Amino acid sequence: MDTLAMGNYGVYVWSCFALTLIVIVFSDWRARAHHNQVYRDMEVRIKALEDRQ
Amino acid sequence: MWKFFHQLASPPHFYRLAATLMPWLAVPALLLIAYGTYAGLFLASPDYQQGDAFRIIYVHVPSAYLSMMAYMFMAISGAIGLIWRLKLAHAVGAAAAPLGAAFTFLALVTGSIWGRPMWGTWWEWGDPRLTSELILLFLYFGYMALRSSIDDTAKADKACAVLALVGVVNVVVVHYSVEWWSSLHQGQTLMKKGGPGMDADMLYPLLAMILGFTFLFGALLARRIRTEVLYRERRTRWVREMILSPEGGR
Repeated sequence: MDTLAMGNYGVYVWSCFALTLIVIVFSDWRARAHHNQVYRDMEVRIKALEDRQ
Repeated sequence: MWKFFHQLASPPHFYRLAATLMPWLAVPALLLIAYGTYAGLFLASPDYQQGDAFRIIYVHVPSAYLSMMAYMFMAISGAIGLIWRLKLAHAVGAAAAPLGAAFTFLALVTGSIWGRPMWGTWWEWGDPRLTSELILLFLYFGYMALRSSIDDTAKADKACAVLALVGVVNVVVVHYSVEWWSSLHQGQTLMKKGGPGMDADMLYPLLAMILGFTFLFGALLARRIRTEVLYRERRTRWVREMILSPEGGR
């Protein structure tokens, strides 16, 4: 419990670490999702062009 | 030497190189951040003045450092793009901006949360460090807004590179604000004359976090640059061949 309380600064300390984790995970997820979306869009476009030819 | 740089600046080469680099950056990042978090939260002694609240530095300082480093990345790559007309350099700038904004946001919010118990306030408008860091966030937003508002990629690259270069002045102000003006924010701890003003059990986790965050930034940046390169090169033959190849290039 002492570890969680952090000398009565627990709310401040843990909220900072939690927020950092959220921002890092979100940044990674967003970068992956954006890359996959761009790749998929191009895959569809290029394959459609190939089929037409 | 020139051959190496020429090859590095080639989009297809960099696209593959970034994919190879990502795990080499991500794994050390995770290990260093795991050690830094554990040692910073549970092993480092409480500060004699700030108590356990000082542990916020283990996320605040690396975020603040990256907020400036990402901007310098944008500015330097913008300058390279303008002077040597390297398309890849502009892609680096475009990829770094959202990450820089994310770390600047983190630096501001964690600093504000730290300020509440230490200074008795969430925010102080008259403080030069806080205000210049907020301006840095607005510069990132401005950079991203400018890029998305210009359809022509070449024109957007030039305009954004100029904005990034002009904004370097603010990065200098952020860095030296605690020395030039009277500030609520504490002065330099790690880079002060005579060495860091911290005990080893506080210092090593902080250094691990700074290094870990730098590796993490590198890994995230590599992924974002790949996306940027892929989009910019969408009409080129190498992208077409890569996508149509059986192994793909995701």
